[in-house]
Amino acid sequence: MNISEIRSQFPILSQKVHGKPLVFLDSAASAQKPDVVIDSMANMMRSEYANIHRGLHWMSERATEAYEVARSRVASFLGAASREEIVFTRNSTEAINLVAYTYGSLLKPGQVVLISEMEHHANLVPWQMLRDRTGIELRVTPITDDGDLDLDAYGQHLSDGKVALVAITHMSNVLGTITPAERLVAMAHDAGAKILLDGSQAVVHRKTDVQKLGADFYTFTGHKLYGPTGIGVLWARRELLDAMPPFMGGGDMISSVTFEKSVWAPVPAKFEAGTPAIVEAVGLGTAIDWVESIGYEAIGAHEAALTAHALRVLPDVPGLSIVGAPRERGGVISFTMEDVHPHDIATLLDRNGIAVRAGHHCAEPLMHRLGLTATARASFGIYTTEDEIDVLAETLKRIRQFFV
Amino acid sequence: MDGTSCYDTLILARSRKPEFAGIVENATATAQGNNPMCGDRVKLSLRATDKGVAGIRHETRGCAICQASADLMAEAVTGQSVAAALELGRQFTDMLETPSAMDSAVERGNLPAGLLAFQPLRTHRSRLRCATLPWTALGEALA
Ligand SMILES: Cc1ncc(COP(=O)(O)O)c(C=O)c1O
Repeated sequence: MNISEIRSQFPILSQKVHGKPLVFLDSAASAQKPDVVIDSMANMMRSEYANIHRGLHWMSERATEAYEVARSRVASFLGAASREEIVFTRNSTEAINLVAYTYGSLLKPGQVVLISEMEHHANLVPWQMLRDRTGIELRVTPITDDGDLDLDAYGQHLSDGKVALVAITHMSNVLGTITPAERLVAMAHDAGAKILLDGSQAVVHRKTDVQKLGADFYTFTGHKLYGPTGIGVLWARRELLDAMPPFMGGGDMISSVTFEKSVWAPVPAKFEAGTPAIVEAVGLGTAIDWVESIGYEAIGAHEAALTAHALRVLPDVPGLSIVGAPRERGGVISFTMEDVHPHDIATLLDRNGIAVRAGHHCAEPLMHRLGLTATARASFGIYTTEDEIDVLAETLKRIRQFFV
Repeated sequence: MDGTSCYDTLILARSRKPEFAGIVENATATAQGNNPMCGDRVKLSLRATDKGVAGIRHETRGCAICQASADLMAEAVTGQSVAAALELGRQFTDMLETPSAMDSAVERGNLPAGLLAFQPLRTHRSRLRCATLPWTALGEALA
């Protein structure tokens, strides 16, 4: 993998910020976009654009084809059994809400949805809302101080047979923890529960095969995978999608409508009411092709090297503590610095050209569990270099000197 | 170190060593400001008489800007009438939130140096709330 060649495909990375070369260490919030993605979207709008699934004309047929090709790419990317199992949404948040509303409406009061202590708000709030609508019980399975799931406690939560659905992240956006998805799936199934994995972070870093994992639902979001915003994915087993009622009503999701009643379209159209994000779906398809052309083996090796390097150099910064020490970690590292607030760290890093995230990272209950109010977080992408991590560490040392 | 302009020496000093931290004796009002974005929290206790703010203390958990702002606010409003304290808050917030291009419209008539020290923050829009949070809490305490 040739990093400088890869970086040259990201026009944004050659910018200066506050007069300094941009060091972009916030890919976990949203990744930058390579030229091919930008071009595919622009080309689609320039020469191939029309609404889909409704025109009998050539332009619409061609746009429909492009949109459906993107669906097929996602299906093979995730290892889905068929392309009908891929539902396009706006993002992960919408995909999880879709499941909470539709599959959730099939749950009975007293049945349990089990989440973990390290969920993003996107995989917490929709379940709280479901609980408040329908009287299900929401349980939260704990993590260890190192930031791994506590599998004994998970087993305990499953043991009374009341859990209908487990909804757990495949990779934490705060701690970088990669969860043992196959174990989680097997344990859930043994207890008679279905399982949703939030793959928003995980798909960026490793090859995902939903059939091998044995999961029931899987979600991810395009913009973290070097694709555009406005497009996300819900994968679910065909029989689950068939059994679920629709999410939103409108055009495209019906097969016939009278004033008295409507008959739903087959999946996935049943869940895609209204004109979808056509251009964004095409962009996502291109992003997936691009990622696969580099290959997860190379991506994984690069990110593992970066993470190991960061875990070596960051602890040399006086006062710095890395949050969590999970057994398996993707390219995400949260840290705090004694006597310097994460927002002050982020402001001064920014003024030196370095973009990190600071705050609770949409995981307030996790922060609470860790006894923190906020952290700073550096996250790595395909285009991140070891030099950039060195610049981060050096700048953090100077920030420490400035404040203390 | 580049980019430290929003950390005036006075701001740094007060964030390290606040002079108005704690709880005021015989408080007549308390209020709390929270910024859910970053978890910053300012707890105010104040003693008001018919003349105005006789004493005020803060317990602040937050960044350097927020710590210093709470402390310099307490200094600025001590001894002020309620109306004058609220007017300081209005001018301070206005000074920070008005885009630089409309600077001439900003009144700074009564603002002491301790509050003017926050002016460079105007180019850090994402941090304005850190400075205004204590003033929001003050508005509640005086309401
Ligand atoms: C683990 C995780 N889940 C869900 C989300 C939500 O993604 P989106 O905001 O694209 O819906 C994110 C990203 O912020 C995330 O990191």
